[in-house]
Amino acid sequence: MNATVLAPSFVQENLGDIPVARLRADFPILARSVHGKPLVYFDNAATKQKPASVIEAEKFYYEHTNANIHRGVHTLSQEATTAYENARETLRRFLNAAKVEEIIFLRGTTEAINLVAQSYGRSRFQAGDEILISALEHHSNILPWQLLCEQTGAVLKVVPINDAGEFIYEEFERLLGARTKLVAVGHVSNALGSVNPVKRIIAAAHAQSVPVLLDGAQAAAHGEVDVQALDCDFYAISGHKLYGPTGIGALYAKKAILEAMPPWQGGGDMITTVSFEKSTYAPLPHKFEAGTPNIAGGIAFAVALDYVKRVGLANIHAHEARLLAHAMSRVAEIKGMRVIGTAREKAGILSFVIEGVHPHDIGTILDHQGVAIRAGHHCAMPVMTRYGIPGTARASFGLYNTLEEVDRLFDGLKVVVDMFGR
Amino acid sequence: MSDLRELYQEVIFDHNRHPRNFGVLEHPTKVAHGHNPLCGDQLTLYLTVRDGVVVEVSFQGQGCAISTASASLMTEAVKGKPLAEVEQLFAAFHTMLTEDPTEPRSDLGKLEVFEGVREYPARVKCATLAWHTLHNAVLGTDETAKTE
Ligand SMILES: Cc1ncc(COP(=O)(O)O)c(C=O)c1O
Repeated sequence: MNATVLAPSFVQENLGDIPVARLRADFPILARSVHGKPLVYFDNAATKQKPASVIEAEKFYYEHTNANIHRGVHTLSQEATTAYENARETLRRFLNAAKVEEIIFLRGTTEAINLVAQSYGRSRFQAGDEILISALEHHSNILPWQLLCEQTGAVLKVVPINDAGEFIYEEFERLLGARTKLVAVGHVSNALGSVNPVKRIIAAAHAQSVPVLLDGAQAAAHGEVDVQALDCDFYAISGHKLYGPTGIGALYAKKAILEAMPPWQGGGDMITTVSFEKSTYAPLPHKFEAGTPNIAGGIAFAVALDYVKRVGLANIHAHEARLLAHAMSRVAEIKGMRVIGTAREKAGILSFVIEGVHPHDIGTILDHQGVAIRAGHHCAMPVMTRYGIPGTARASFGLYNTLEEVDRLFDGLKVVVDMFGR
Repeated sequence: MSDLRELYQEVIFDHNRHPRNFGVLEHPTKVAHGHNPLCGDQLTLYLTVRDGVVVEVSFQGQGCAISTASASLMTEAVKGKPLAEVEQLFAAFHTMLTEDPTEPRSDLGKLEVFEGVREYPARVKCATLAWHTLHNAVLGTDETAKTE
């Protein structure tokens, strides 16, 4: 049995006209109800739901293939190794990386960024060197650099955002200087949905020989990512935000850079020879993959990528844009509702506040109506500080969401305002 | 929506909209901070304790309806009480929200409007933030009370 046969295939007229009703049937969890109402899942920026093919792939692996990889001569181990390495190739194609050894399987975006900080950064940054990030970053693209700064004396510089939640490119140009050793920015903001001008950022940084890391945790599920066209040096992603399992993700990095980087963690699988005097390291990508990885997760991640590709990233992007436009057209109906983050280029994320109602109360009242949103700082406290708010309520869209579900969100918001309004 | 009304009782809305004892005390004998990192709720509690009795209490901060109302009702409940009784209230409040509802506990009067919060595990911390902060203040720890 091949789990990918469960992936969708269909004919469509216009971009974004995806057969949502049919696709929804691929996601078993969407059949459940919450507080007696059909679930409306709008917490997609936190994690996506998984299609049956992904769930099946994990199950299939444990029922038929399970063995450790890269270290057995028996059939299961060889099959597991092949499936895992095929998954790496699927991810290479998904990101359009030039070489398969440029794909390092890791736990996710957080681990990928920490790897770059601790291997690339720690081996070359010195006191006074500067790392440039933006005010939009997720904590996982802030903390690894702060830790590195403590270790090396390097300094973190932050590109500000404007009131719309847009990266201020002119400020970036001003901050990009002779001391800048790395630019690390989000491709798409999880808190506000803003899409950063990454092509311009990369071109400007490269003009000064500064490498660029993109945090692609959000972006990869909202549109095509072509790391060669982008020409980024590092790209970090998480499987679970791409309709795949948790605990698996990857770092893409240019081969020449990876080769020059020292190993990060030591252990099995990352060596060629070991002796007490000196060990030699395995070639890429294994040099950065110490220990038994999430094998089932990697295999199922590839199934998720196939699924997403079949639906089409351009379609997903257009579909989510339509959901966002519909939501925006209804904002005025809700008394005191204000959208935070109104960037011209935006992914399907609606972050908002309602005057006099804390986001947590919005979250609880919506949950009661079966609508799952996120309330809080979204692991981006500096963004909240920038707007002078403790947090926002955030509805974020995925390929399986419908216009009717957006309407249920707004029905729910009317209940919120009614309850708090008197 | 009836069970939602058990969480958001009218008293809670009232105290959220018009929190009592809201503001800074002039010469407090104790100041304590509370923070719920999960939702960003911040709270500062000001106390004037004389001869082991809470003679004045106020709070400032921002939070959800549950945490604001809880802080407001708490200040009303503890004002004029000896510290030993305040600690008993803290324990009873905590029991009401976190333990088996059939467990015996002392009567909490007005504070029982928070009983419904027990059904919302994600919100228990909102209701207990002010109380944890008070508990720290009474014990004299300088640490910021955290719900995490
Ligand atoms: C923009 C962004 N960066 C990084 C992360 C961290 O991803 P993970 O928790 O999968 O490592 C997230 C997810 O929360 C995110 O949205």
